[in-house]
Amino acid sequence: MGRRAGAPEVNAGSMADIAFLLLIFFLVTTTIETDAGLDRMLPPIEPPDDEVVIKQKNIFQVSINKSNQLLADEELTDLKNLRAKAIAFLDNNGDNTCTYCKGAKDPESSDNPDKAIISLKNDRETKYSTYITVQNELVGAYNDLRNREALRLYKRTYVDLEAEYLNPETDADTKEGLKEKVLTIKKLYPQKLSEAETTSN
Amino acid sequence: MSKFAKKKDGEVPAVSTASLPDIVFMLLFFFMTVTVMKDSSLKVENSLPSADQIKKLEKKDRVLTIYVGKPTPEYTKVFGTESKIQLNDKFADASDVGPYILMERAKKSEDLQNVLTTSLKVDKGANMGIISDIKQELRKVNALKVNYTTSSGDAFSNMQ
Repeated sequence: MGRRAGAPEVNAGSMADIAFLLLIFFLVTTTIETDAGLDRMLPPIEPPDDEVVIKQKNIFQVSINKSNQLLADEELTDLKNLRAKAIAFLDNNGDNTCTYCKGAKDPESSDNPDKAIISLKNDRETKYSTYITVQNELVGAYNDLRNREALRLYKRTYVDLEAEYLNPETDADTKEGLKEKVLTIKKLYPQKLSEAETTSN
Repeated sequence: MSKFAKKKDGEVPAVSTASLPDIVFMLLFFFMTVTVMKDSSLKVENSLPSADQIKKLEKKDRVLTIYVGKPTPEYTKVFGTESKIQLNDKFADASDVGPYILMERAKKSEDLQNVLTTSLKVDKGANMGIISDIKQELRKVNALKVNYTTSSGDAFSNMQ
């Protein structure tokens, strides 16, 4: 034995183990790409029984016409300014009941975030991409305000809180705590975004 | 003599290939797990708009998908260039959306039937008219939870 047999063969018995180790590693770390998008609830088809009268000043009317121009609160607005305008409207605090708002307290604008409604109207000829951008900006306005309050109360952003709350890997105890926080913030700035039926002219 | 002085003469031995099957199986398993089976081939153009205030669609079994867009070049002769709805792998009208949702909902287990989300994968270039029709149909069958599926990115890039 020894000298004349040449170099001994490399023991390959553990190769399978290494292979399985790698396999398990990839299995655990790979996440299949999931779709993402803007979540919306459609209004139910039956009209609500009691007609609620909403003051005109509590409605922020956003209309998009067929050439993709934007009319926000009866003013022709650039898309880039829409978010700021929506924030100013939601955060206005006209009746001074909202203790956390930082708005202008303009009596001609919304009373408080709970009453403020954003109404989105579009034409049949409106481009889908414009519609999505507008939706994105309006959701962004709510998220900005919610982030501000979440940072003040819990020292982290609302988006972050919600993402952890919705993550299926978060354990039940943490979830319970997060749920309360998410609901508190949601209550401060409830998302009231109504989508009127489209017009055809 | 020390153990390490053995390999003085003789050739380099052949590398054992006994583990090759393992490696191959590993690759096989890897690809098996990461591959998502596409149950329907796309017959419409589908480049999604981008947005940045998005939420992930968790749990694939709770999602129904509706595609909207212009028919791809091989179908333009038959179906024209107007935006069309695709359900599973067929072109459909807005009036077919309701029955489709009801049918798909019936296929799901009972505890999932109330938590389904409709994912609207709509091409950037589509008009809102067809979307409104779909939304109206979804309201009729009480499928109120929708997700406008987008890719993540700057929303203003849609405007170009």
